[in-house]
Amino acid sequence: MERRFKLPAALFLLAVFHAAIIFAGFFAPYDFAAQDRELPFTPPTPIHFVDQHGNLHARPFIYGLSADPASPSLYKTDPTKEYPLYFLVPGAPYRIAGLFAVRVHFFGVHEPGRILLLGADAYGRDQLSRFLYGGQISLLAGLLAAALSVSLGVVVGALSGFYGGWIDEVLMRGGDLFLALPWLYLLFAVRAALPLHISQRQVFLMLVVVMGLIGWARPARLIRGVALSARERNFVLAARGFGASNGYLLRRHVLPQAYGVVLTQITLLIPQYILAEVTLTFLGIGVGEPMPSWGSLLSSLQQYYVLASYWWMFLPALLLIPLFLSFYVAADAVQERLKSIPL
Amino acid sequence: MNLRYISRRIVHSILLLAGISFFSFALSQLAPGDFFDEMRLNPRISAATVEGLRVQYGLDRSLAVRYAHWVRSALRGDLGFSLAYNGPVGPLLKARARNTLILTGTATLLAWSLAIPLGVWGAASRSRWSNQICGLATSALLTIPDLLLFLFLLLVAVRTGWFPTGGMISPGAENAGLWHGIADLALHLFLPSLGLALVTLPVLTRHIRSAMADALNSPFVRAARGHGIPRTRLLFRYAFPVAVNPLTSLLGFSVATMLSASLLAEVILSWPGLGPLLLEATLAKDIYVVVGTVMLSAVFLVAGNLLADVLLFATDPRIRVE
Repeated sequence: MERRFKLPAALFLLAVFHAAIIFAGFFAPYDFAAQDRELPFTPPTPIHFVDQHGNLHARPFIYGLSADPASPSLYKTDPTKEYPLYFLVPGAPYRIAGLFAVRVHFFGVHEPGRILLLGADAYGRDQLSRFLYGGQISLLAGLLAAALSVSLGVVVGALSGFYGGWIDEVLMRGGDLFLALPWLYLLFAVRAALPLHISQRQVFLMLVVVMGLIGWARPARLIRGVALSARERNFVLAARGFGASNGYLLRRHVLPQAYGVVLTQITLLIPQYILAEVTLTFLGIGVGEPMPSWGSLLSSLQQYYVLASYWWMFLPALLLIPLFLSFYVAADAVQERLKSIPL
Repeated sequence: MNLRYISRRIVHSILLLAGISFFSFALSQLAPGDFFDEMRLNPRISAATVEGLRVQYGLDRSLAVRYAHWVRSALRGDLGFSLAYNGPVGPLLKARARNTLILTGTATLLAWSLAIPLGVWGAASRSRWSNQICGLATSALLTIPDLLLFLFLLLVAVRTGWFPTGGMISPGAENAGLWHGIADLALHLFLPSLGLALVTLPVLTRHIRSAMADALNSPFVRAARGHGIPRTRLLFRYAFPVAVNPLTSLLGFSVATMLSASLLAEVILSWPGLGPLLLEATLAKDIYVVVGTVMLSAVFLVAGNLLADVLLFATDPRIRVE
């Protein structure tokens, strides 16, 4: 792809993902907990334009499903039942921003038809809806943890680089401790220290705080480097000569130079933290049911029969690839732009 | 002079490990709740019994006393007492650590032996398209979550049946002779080590390619090219030794990524290493096993960095002069 289209394309994809996840209630056809125990592990619903008699329909439609009593794991499409696909249909109630109760969904079919674009899980819950709602947990965890890590890194790095001396020594040796442990082991160690049976909200907050606290060392080092070089710049020395206080110098001259590092570090850390949350939840020590997270969507794949028989259970994980790709491309582009701007 | 550099590094590593031990120990001890929490919920076990058990296992003592106890036990090689396994932690970790080392060692070898030719070729190839394909492939690998990669490998094992879906040796293979045993181990090792190698490959390839590109741009390589030195010799005899320098530190850093990825790979692909043990211990609040495993991972990482430093010392004369 042309280089100059890379960043806009990545930003566009990121905007789409974030909008779909923020307004999950609107874009998801069902509630994340709505079950259909009659039809577990429904494969993704194919959308048809041509019916069985060969007539072309202007409005796409789906066929109804019926369980086969002889083999419970196989479904027969029922060509006599057609459910046309509508946009902006009324469905299960949800709330926008926790305030307005709304029933309108972006797309859907009329009951009793069910449209499951990514298939259904063991309880017959729509995987697409669960993916969108799950993003509210996983994406938010990634964003918050990255913000926490980088802000800690900015504070520690700026203090360390700007003041130097024993402050620098103590802070950076502390950072060495965090860098000297493989992050997943460290995450486990901290997780083991926290109680197992707490409410989902507490688990979420705890995950964010733990991930955020663990990752501060690397951004801190980079920002320390920026602060170290900024401290010796002539204009900073001049400002100091004019009687500028340390606080003013940090705020006005040192931190603005760290802007690029902060931006790239945040963009790089978000996908890492999303993956960390997904990994922990996948392993059963993160956010638990019934709240969906991207990790719990995938955790059913730990059972061999699910893994071997229901390929669509992989789809949520595949959707993560374009998301991560956009984050990496954005980080790359930011880094390259900053390189071309002389400070 | 030489010895001073290395001994300083060793002292630094030991101090670092001591710091980590206290940090991880304090962390696990400050936590609310302990191993006997589940028992407290059981109406058939009296509160006095639980209290008695806590006193027996020393959970009621102060942090400093317990840490001193733990250090003594660690120096003996016991690394504390596992409440779930009812025995010292050290022997428990030994077999697991060996398995993890077998896996990560194989994966590291595999990753580097793939990454070096790929990176060198990527830096040396003039034609833009082959270079771009190489770059695209590594970027694609970078964006695939390692979780997905391991699950996919497990799917391959389950669907094809060519590879075992877990474990390290087939039942009965222990006494089937040396060669058969090695073949069996290799078969079990294949998928997990391939997965780990693929996870670390993109970062390695990128670094090798950029280090090689820097080396190829330097004036002495241009001069050598002007003298008509053949391409292969130029790449591997002239440019590569220069590019090796930043890569040696990369070897140390990559141990951390490798260990974290290995934890997940071991759990998903049922490799009997430290990963599954740590997960179990975390869920059971078996603190000494958790602390022991974390300590061990730190030892591996510090050892890897130390090894990289010594290698750097051996390969780069500039450090020796300093």
